[in-house]
This record gives sequence, C-alpha cells and structure tokens, in this order.
Amino acid sequence: MSKGLPETRTDAAMSELVPEPRPKPAVPMKPVSINTNLLGYIGIDTIIEQMRKKTMKTGFDFNIMVVGQSGLGKSTLVNTLFKSQVSRKASSWNREEKIPKTVEIKAIGHVIEEGGVKMKLTVIDTPGFGDQINNENCWEPIEKYINEQYEKFLKEEVNIARKKRIPDTRVHCCLYFISPTGHSLRPLDLEFMKHLSKVVNIIPVIAKADTMTLEEKSEFKQRVRKELEVHGIEFYPQKEFDEDLEDKTENDKIRESMPFAVVGSDKEYQVNGKRVLGRKTPWGIIEVENLHHCEFALLRDFVIRTHLQDLKEVTHNIHYETYRAKRLNDNGGLPPVSVDTEGSHDSNP
Amino acid sequence: MDKEYVGFAALPNQLHRKSIKKGFDFTLMVAGESGLGKSTLINSLFLTNLYEDRQLPEASARLTQTLTIERRGVEIEEGGIKVKLTLVDTPGFGDSVDCSDCWLPVVRFIEEQFEQYLRDESGLNRKNIQDSRVHCCLYFISPFGRGLRPLDVAFLRAVHEKVNIIPVIGKADALMPRETQALKQKIRDQLKEEEINIYQFPDCDSDEDEDFKRQDAEMKESIPFAVVGSCEVVRDKGTRPVRGRRYSWGTVEVENPHHCDFLNLRRMLVQTHLQDLKEVTHDLLYEGYRARCLQSLARPGARDRASRSKLSRRSTTEIPLPMLPLAETEKLIREKDEELRRMQEMLEKMQAQVQQSQAQGEQSAAL
Repeated sequence: MSKGLPETRTDAAMSELVPEPRPKPAVPMKPVSINTNLLGYIGIDTIIEQMRKKTMKTGFDFNIMVVGQSGLGKSTLVNTLFKSQVSRKASSWNREEKIPKTVEIKAIGHVIEEGGVKMKLTVIDTPGFGDQINNENCWEPIEKYINEQYEKFLKEEVNIARKKRIPDTRVHCCLYFISPTGHSLRPLDLEFMKHLSKVVNIIPVIAKADTMTLEEKSEFKQRVRKELEVHGIEFYPQKEFDEDLEDKTENDKIRESMPFAVVGSDKEYQVNGKRVLGRKTPWGIIEVENLHHCEFALLRDFVIRTHLQDLKEVTHNIHYETYRAKRLNDNGGLPPVSVDTEGSHDSNP
Repeated sequence: MDKEYVGFAALPNQLHRKSIKKGFDFTLMVAGESGLGKSTLINSLFLTNLYEDRQLPEASARLTQTLTIERRGVEIEEGGIKVKLTLVDTPGFGDSVDCSDCWLPVVRFIEEQFEQYLRDESGLNRKNIQDSRVHCCLYFISPFGRGLRPLDVAFLRAVHEKVNIIPVIGKADALMPRETQALKQKIRDQLKEEEINIYQFPDCDSDEDEDFKRQDAEMKESIPFAVVGSCEVVRDKGTRPVRGRRYSWGTVEVENPHHCDFLNLRRMLVQTHLQDLKEVTHDLLYEGYRARCLQSLARPGARDRASRSKLSRRSTTEIPLPMLPLAETEKLIREKDEELRRMQEMLEKMQAQVQQSQAQGEQSAAL
C-alpha cells in the first residue's frame, strides 16, 4: 500500500473492503496536498457556468413514456406538466379512433424552450394498454420498445467511428397511471410494474385524484406502497441507487409521499382574481397547482425541477448498463458494427 | 243507498292491503368493475350498511380470483310496508388481467333463477313460489373511460335479454358537467350502436300534467344516471348537514340534483318503478326464457336451429329463436330422458311381475 497519499486513507474510510495494493506507477507521483488557503481567486468555480452555457447551446433530450388505461388523463397531464400541447391528445369525446386491439407505441417529439434552454421532449404514448378484455402480456410491446432503444444506443456506442453525440431515444422516465379505485392496485398494475421496474424508471401516479377525499387518498397511497413493497417492486427513486446520505433523506421524503395523486387540466379559470389551471365543478374549482387540492406541483417539481438530470443518469448508468452487460454476456462480446457515415445528430448522451 | 254503486272501486284498496300483508321482494344485481362505488351507492340508496363485513382483497389475491356471485339479504320496513331486498354482487368482475368470459357465471346465475322459477311454476305446489329472479341489474360504468369499454359491451350483450339493465356512471364527481353530458351521450350512442336493450322506463300517461311530463322526460334524458354515493353526513358550520363527500375545494352533495343524478335514480328505481321492473322481468324476460326453453324441448330440429342461430350475433326478436346455450337444453333433455327411462324400467318390471304371476296362476291352475 503506498503511503503518504491522502486519497488512500479516505478510500479506506469509505469502503469496507481492504483496498487493493496499487501497482507502482512508472513515474512516481509527488504527494498532493489539499491546499485550503488559496492565494487568490482561481476561477474553477466557473465550471458550473461553463457547463450551463454548453447545455444551453446544445440543448438536451428528455424522453418520457406514459402508460395506463385509456381515459386516465395521461395526455392532459403531460400537457400540463410541460405547459404545452406536447401529447397526442385526442379531441376529447369526439374521438373517431377506436381503441387499438394491441398496444401501440406512439412517440411524438417537440422542442420546448425556456430561459434560453432548449429541450427536445419526446412523449411516448401507449394507447391500447389495459383496454382489452384479455390483457395478458400487454406490457410486452412496451418492454420491447424500451429494449430496442437500448439496443440502438448500444449499436452506436460500439461503432468504430462514433457519432459526436449519440442520439438518445432511451426512455428516461415512465409515468404509470393508477386508476383511483380507492381499493388497491389492480392485478394488471402489479404485473406491469413487476416486469418493467427493472428495465426503466417507473414513477407511479394516481390519476384523476379529484375523486378521492384526503383520508381516502392517504389510505390508498399507503396500501399501494405496501403492496409494491411486498412484491419487491421498486419505483423511482430506487432506494438502492441513493448515492449519499443527503440523497437518501431527500428521496426518502419523496418516496413517502408517492405515488403522487394528481389532477391535470388544460383549462383556466378565475379564482381570487388569478387565472389558474383547474377543473370547474358545481361544488367548487379544483386548482391543479394548489397543494391543498392535489399533488401535481410536487410531481412537476420532482420530475422537472429537481430530478430530471438524475432520471437520465440512472437510465444511462444503471438500466442501460444492465442491458449492455446482459447483451455482452449473451453474445460473448459484440463485434463492432460497420462504419456509419451519416451526419451526426446533436444530442446529449 | 245508491243503486248504481256496486263497490268495486274499493278493489285497489284491497290489493293494497293484500300486498302490504304479503310484503314485497325484490332482487337487485349490482355489476361492474371494482372501485366504482357500487357498495357505497347501494348503502346510500337503501340507507343500510350492507357491506360492513366486507374484506377487500389485495391485488395479489385478485391475480387468481375468479368471479363469484354473492347474495345479501336485507329486510327494510318503511311506512308499514316490508320489503325483502336481495342484493346480488359480482366481486371479481373485470379485475383480472384476462377477463375473457368472466361474465358467463353471471349469465348462468340469472338463467338458473329462471330455471328454478320455471320448475316451481310447473310443479305441484305453487302456493309459496320463492321468486329469486333478478329483477334489475345496475351496471356501473367507469367515469374515467371514454364510454363503454370492450368488457362493458361484452357483459351487456350477454345479459341484456335476460335482465333489466339500468346503466349508471359511478363516482360521477370525477367529471365536470360538460364531461358528464358528453360521456352520457357517448354511452347512449354506443348502446344504440351495439343494439343493447336497456330497461325502458315506461312513458307517463297522457293525462298527466305538463310539469310531470317534463320532469319525466328530463329524467329519461339523464340516463345513464351519473351518481355519487355517500353514507357520511357533512356538517359544515353555516350550512345545513348534508349527505356528501367533503373535498378541499367543496362538498359534493349526494341529494343535490345539480351535483349528481342520485335523486333521479332513487326516484325511478325505488319510488316509482320497482313494481314495473318486476313485471317486465316476469312478463317479458322470463316469458322469453320460458318460451325458448319449452320450444327447444318440444321440437326435435330445434337443437340444430339453436346452433345455427348462435352464429348470428344479432337476433331480431320477431320470432324468439332458441338462443339458450346448448348445455341448458341438453341438461333438460337429459333429465326428461332419465325420467322416461326410469318410467319404462318400472313398466317393464311391472309387466314382468304380471307375467310371472300369470304364469304361476296357470301353473297352479293346471296342477
């Protein structure tokens, strides 16, 4: 074990395993000390600003999938989340399309801009899920789609001449809509989440929650959490991926209040002199962004304002890596694909 | 004394008194997927707590659950009139991942009641026939869908000729008024398209006043009824206590006609059409079943006709084609065959005995 290097001491403190003896480097490194009193301002903290500028220039990708029975307000919720008409929402009730006989996967991309930052948002809808009389294995097309995106990414990664930025079509987040029965999860909900929680980040939400009183909501949530725990289903944010204590405390709080009971709307009403998004009923107006009414604001903050990047990272570092490891094991190593000479598509990995 | 007064104007009073003495029984079936507020609505309608001993199964238990039929009886007395209400529940309906044919146990149950009644009616002692036939089926439609789902259509098509269906939208406080209207219209259109016959509330008499006629028409237009149920009384300060559901944004009042159709449903189901539902069940639905049943027994070629008619999905009701499932007629035919065979055996035995005694008689005569 090399001595004198402060890093090894901290390594030993953090891991419980005995650190492996480091091979002696060809050019020995002089001991590095952490210099706490800088003689002047260096400017390394501007790295944050540099990263921000870069992100603003290149923009970033986010792919969100919505799954649930038809009529649970999936499209409306996504439109409300991103404050734009980004989802394939049918013209309400005059829908001429029939419920598809098998689950279809429909991906629609939009570019949204806010504060100079461009986001290429792709909403992946899954019409037909859970709508048939026989819904056996109706999650299979969804699982197939998710794996296909991993495969696409893998093929690009394994190329000899890689694109500057590999287009990322992988599903970063899957919102699963639970019907507000007030009883418990339905067998189909369990089956779906059991199969897909290991493959993609699942965020369960209780749809159309304006039909439950406060007590009913909290009882239902508790029951759902318990059922998921009993079946070993981990929704995002998964406990096993909490990196440090700070993460764990923050995520624990979030996990305790999930699944979020949400209400979506694309209509505005006047309440106390303000225009708010909501639903107007004869007995009152439900305000979507009012935390006393529903947890939409919590969901929005969670998915967009605090955990957007983490969703992408977990998808890349964990789900994708799991897929990749499995593929490499199965094939005994993927041979590199032929050189791809198409123009590169700008996107962040 | 007025010579022209015979006195049979008192007949309705006599009937009234007789029926009070006899009491009144009614069998109501409630169907629809779980979580649509069925039990709460029943409790609200009849102001009882029929479901207090109910254990709701968890999702994992429901993975392998098959549909069961449960019956609960309750005696309600109001104004000196006793009603023996039987509630038929269908827990498990629409829950599984694969719900194919999950309505068959319900269809079989309804037909079994008809069969029982047919047997009782053809039997010797007809004084105390228990009428366990299902007089009405309240079918709950989800407010979260876009109208009838494939499962709804399949169920309704399977039972609409066998029971009075009253479609109901459960948990209607999930909908804004415009959405409610649109959903109702969509459901009405779908019912027409799929040729599903729901219970038709009879037209009011032409000599009723305009107000009543208007009210009646309004009620008919509000089908399917968008209902909200609750057994809790909300007591807010400043307002009178009402039965309802309290939310952070307001309270839904169950008995407020601007909030939901609960009052309409209660009026039409309990207050005005209870008797008519029974009559339609007996005069139309049961008679239809009976005719099909007896026809198929009587005619030898009927079995072929039955199998052929099953191929055509929509049958007109001009001539009641035997649409019984083959198992039904098979069973009846087999039973009659059994009886015949037994009677034949008995006859043969008796004949043998007679011959024997004749032979013996001859022998002894010869000796």
